[in-house]
Amino acid sequence: MAQYILKRFLLMIPTLFGVAVLIFLLLRVVPGDVVEIRFAAQGQYSSEDVLAIERARLGLDKPIWQQFTTWMGGLLRLDFGLSMWTGAPITEEIKLRFELSLQLAIMATVVATLLAIPLGILAAIKQDTWIDYAVRVFSIAGLAMPSFWLGILMILAMLIIFKWLPPMVYTPFWVNPWENLAQLIWPALAVGYRYSAVATRMMRSSMLEVLREDYIRTARAKGLWLKLILTRHAMKNAMLPVLTVIGLEFAFLMGGLVVTEQVFNLNGLGMLFVEAIARRDYTLTQALVLIVAAVFIFVNFATDIAYAWLDPRIRYR
Amino acid sequence: MAVTKETLEDLASAQKPRPRWLQASYDFTWQRPLGAIGAVIIIVMVFIALTANWLAPYDALATDYAAMLAAPSGTHWLGTDSFGRDVLSRVIYGSRTALIVGLGASFIGATLGALIGVASAYFGGRVDLIVQRIIDVLISFPLIILALAVVAILGTGLENVILAIAIPMIPRCARVVRSSALAVREMPYVDAARAAGFTDARIVLRHMLPNVMAPYLIMLTAFLSQAILLEASLSFLGLGVQEPVAAWGLMLRGAAIEFAETAPWMAIFPGLAISLAVFAFNLFGDSLRDALDPKLRTQ
Repeated sequence: MAQYILKRFLLMIPTLFGVAVLIFLLLRVVPGDVVEIRFAAQGQYSSEDVLAIERARLGLDKPIWQQFTTWMGGLLRLDFGLSMWTGAPITEEIKLRFELSLQLAIMATVVATLLAIPLGILAAIKQDTWIDYAVRVFSIAGLAMPSFWLGILMILAMLIIFKWLPPMVYTPFWVNPWENLAQLIWPALAVGYRYSAVATRMMRSSMLEVLREDYIRTARAKGLWLKLILTRHAMKNAMLPVLTVIGLEFAFLMGGLVVTEQVFNLNGLGMLFVEAIARRDYTLTQALVLIVAAVFIFVNFATDIAYAWLDPRIRYR
Repeated sequence: MAVTKETLEDLASAQKPRPRWLQASYDFTWQRPLGAIGAVIIIVMVFIALTANWLAPYDALATDYAAMLAAPSGTHWLGTDSFGRDVLSRVIYGSRTALIVGLGASFIGATLGALIGVASAYFGGRVDLIVQRIIDVLISFPLIILALAVVAILGTGLENVILAIAIPMIPRCARVVRSSALAVREMPYVDAARAAGFTDARIVLRHMLPNVMAPYLIMLTAFLSQAILLEASLSFLGLGVQEPVAAWGLMLRGAAIEFAETAPWMAIFPGLAISLAVFAFNLFGDSLRDALDPKLRTQ
């Protein structure tokens, strides 16, 4: 087991390195650079010399491999460097937004889990009844509705019915928990509903599979209480694939909520990414992509380990 | 009971074996009614997209400043937007954009992915290892992040959006197809083909690719709904299809939110169209997956 964990852990490093190389190269292919865009935004004419001085200040005049090694050297010391646009340290730029994205991801995951597990189990035990069909339609509708549109509808409904709008400025949780939740609960519901769809379907099918196992029949034959069979025997084993789905979705929630953030006017990692790439802020974009990819790779790793730990039958290679 | 000419003809036609595709679609409808409902919605949508010129009551681009933000009525069934453009006509024309991007992106993504997956499985060894590591890297990006990066490089517009959506799909399809192709590679006919001295390209394209059709089609249909959603998201952000082209995501942008309180139809109908399209492709894709490969029946 320890060897397996170590091997999986070490495999994360080349993948992350690959992500770093890829985003580094991709950004250099994007036409235009931060200096051009900033001077264009200021609307004044600047000679090539001024641009060249600015590029030299940011280190953009150096050969690409040298820029890459400088960046990598910083990363090894856990130093993401300075934002090319604002000049502030990237850790500072990201900190608040990371908190917001993390909180939203956690809340959406909680919503998704609270919906998915009971609904999935219910659909499985009532297979092929109207309850099952209702749950399936509910979840497939969740997959179909873009969460940003659901968000628009929610805001619209609150506006028209209650004449009330959720706060549009982010307040950190410890400053004013009430204000914070009043704002974030809506996007969490919109996103959580959508993400619960996949998990509900997974819960249902995996529960159906487990319920057909011999040991469940044995438990029933010896007259065990149905509720106990479900919670103690069936659920525990059916949860595995659901955990994977929820885990991977959590990772995507960290960076993939670009559009929902836009609707709810949230300054999360997704919006920051769009901004950074539009400004050709290489250092900030690189850091963001690396963080999102690292979360994804780590969650992937963690679910694999949890899998191997929870189900002794599975020991990958 | 009198035997009429009609009933005899009915009997005769019932005896005649139906063409295979007809029988297959008949079975599919019978066994998977939900999938059939999805298919019907898709067919209707394709029909609407093809005949948009005749169906749409107005030109999708025609502005009418006398009727800006008009509520749904007899003249404008779904109302008008802030430029006085007919929302119904734009929703109808929007189905073209959605289908072109959806079909284009998922076809390119799934096909290239399948090719890479099969080739990776066929060559095996070091090639496979390298390809798999590259796929690991590409899969670590959320779909939309990679699509946004591609848009930044290529620029916006219909063709670029298709590519931007197709590219993140390639590694996902390659991974799934590869696992099926690994089993195909061990088949005697592949050995036979190799013994007969066929080229690698021929074995991959003619012998292995046709035998991973099931996962290929499953991925293709699954991508369809994702591509439509992703196009809507990109267009909503202003990084997809550009005005004045009619696209559902684009219709939800800007004025639709600004005037949401006074003109909610602008925000409601395009979203409904997106949801219905994705719903239909999901229903159809799910049933197709169940029908093609019971083993993959996981969700």
